Amino acid sequence: MANYSTNEFKGGLKVMLDGDPCSIVENELVKPGKGQAFNRVKLRNLMTGRVGERTFKSGDSLEGADVMDLEMEYLYTDGDMWHFMKTDGSFEQYAVEKKALGDTEKWLKEQVPYTITLWNDKAISVTPPNFIELEVVETDPGLKGDTAQGGSKPATLSSGAVVRVPLFINQGEVLKIDTRSGEYVSRA
Amino acid sequence: MAIDWRPSADMATLRERARLLASVRAFFAVRDVLEVETPVLGQGGSTDVHLVSLATQARTDKGQRRLWLQTSPEFHMKRLLAAGSGPIFQLARSFRDGEVGSRHNIEFTMLEWYRPGFTLADLIEETTALVAALMPSAARPVVTYRYRELFHAHLSIDPFTFSLEKLRGLAAERGQMLAGALANESRETCLDLLMSMVIEPSLGRGELSVVMDYPASQAALARRHQDSDGEWVASRFELYLDGVELANGYHELTDASEQRARFKEDNAERRRLGLPEVDIDERLLAALEHGMPEGSGVALGIDRLIQRALNKPRLEDVLAFATPGC
Repeated sequence: MANYSTNEFKGGLKVMLDGDPCSIVENELVKPGKGQAFNRVKLRNLMTGRVGERTFKSGDSLEGADVMDLEMEYLYTDGDMWHFMKTDGSFEQYAVEKKALGDTEKWLKEQVPYTITLWNDKAISVTPPNFIELEVVETDPGLKGDTAQGGSKPATLSSGAVVRVPLFINQGEVLKIDTRSGEYVSRA
Repeated sequence: MAIDWRPSADMATLRERARLLASVRAFFAVRDVLEVETPVLGQGGSTDVHLVSLATQARTDKGQRRLWLQTSPEFHMKRLLAAGSGPIFQLARSFRDGEVGSRHNIEFTMLEWYRPGFTLADLIEETTALVAALMPSAARPVVTYRYRELFHAHLSIDPFTFSLEKLRGLAAERGQMLAGALANESRETCLDLLMSMVIEPSLGRGELSVVMDYPASQAALARRHQDSDGEWVASRFELYLDGVELANGYHELTDASEQRARFKEDNAERRRLGLPEVDIDERLLAALEHGMPEGSGVALGIDRLIQRALNKPRLEDVLAFATPGC
C-alpha cells in the first residue's frame, strides 16, 4: 500500500495505526508562532469502532490500509458465522464473525443490502442501511384511537431488536426503523 | 458533479471584513503610521526552517529568475525603514505552503507594522489596543507571562534545563504521539509540541495573554538578551486570544552580520534535514548594513482576528475564496 503524508490526511482516508486499520475523521494543523508544525488527527479504529486522537509531526506519513466497503445482502447464519453475498451479480459470498457483526446483529434481515467493510479481503464490520423495515413479533395490544397522543411501549422486532413504539402499534405490523438511533420512524 | 464556484465567506461577512479593515486603517491614520504596499515576489525568501515558501519562475530583464512568494512582508518593509520611511504598516498577502486548517490558509493576509524607537513594551501596548479597537469583547486585561514560567506552571519543568531525554518522553505522552516518535527530535521540537498542545489552549481565556522571553533558539529576526535568570532569550512576544496565537512581535535585529549568520545557520539546518535551501535576501542584508533604525515590529494574522471578532469557526468563513476553492 502507498504511504500517505499528513497533508494528505482527509476525512475517510484509511491508514494503518498500531497494527489496526483506521479511518481518518478529522485532521487539524497545529503550529506555534515560530517552530515545528504538528497535525492533530482524529481517527476511528475500524476494528473496535473507537475514536481517538493522535499527534504527528507535519510531513510524517502512515501506511495506507487495504480497506474497502462493499454492498452485500444478508443470506443466513449457521450459528457460528453470518453469510452475506455481493450484490454486484458475482454471487460471491463472505462469512462474517460475530465480533465483526457487532451491534448490527439485531438489524439483520434476509435480502437487505448491508455495507461490509473488508480489510485485506476479510470482513471487519457490517453497517446496516440507515432505515430498515421490520415486523413486530411481540408487543402489548394496540390502544384504539390513541394515534396522536404521546406515550410509547416496547416492541420486539423480527430481527430481535427491541424498540420503543407508539401505543397504537399492533403485533404483525411492519415498521420503518432508523438503525442509527434505534428509533421508530413510521408504519412501513 | 457541479463545480463549486461559490465564495467560502458569505456576503454579510465580507461586508464586516471590509469594515474591520477600514478600522485598521483608521487606527494607524490617527497614529501617523504610513500605509505601504510592497511586492509579493522577492529575489530572496524566508530561510526559516519551519516555513515552506512557494516560488515561481519569471522572465526578467536579467533572464529567467526564480522569485519567491513572501511568507511575510518583513524584508521589503525593513528596506523601507532603512531608507528612512519612519513608522509603516501593511496589509500584505503572504504565502506559506502546506498550511491548511481551521486557522490556516496557504494564502493569507498579514497585518505587519514597524515602529522605529519603540520598545517591545510600547509595541505590546499598541498591539493590544488595536485588537481591542477591532474586537470590543477583547478589551480584556493584558497578562504577561515568561516562556519559562508557563512551563513551570503547566508542566512543572524548566524548559531550558530539563534533560532532553525526559523532555522527549514527556512531550510524546502529553502531546499524544506514538511512544518513541520523538526519539531523535530536538529540544525545540519537543518544546514546540508541549507549547502547542498543552499550554496554548489555555492562553487568552478571559484576558489577552502575552508570552515573552522565548528560548534564544527561537529568535528568528529578533534580538537576544539575557533575562533576569541570566538565560539568553529572544526579545520577542506572542499575543494570544482565546487559545489562538494572533501576533508575533520582535525587538528587531539590526546587525547585518548577525542576521547573515542566522540565515546561514537556517540553511545549514535545512541541509541537515534534507530540505531545500532558500536564497538569502542580499538586499535586506545590504539595507541592514546601511543602517536600519532601532525599533520594534509585529506581524498579526488579521484573518484570524477577523475570524474571532465575527465568531466564525473556520478561517475560510472570512475569506472570499479559501485556497482549495481558489
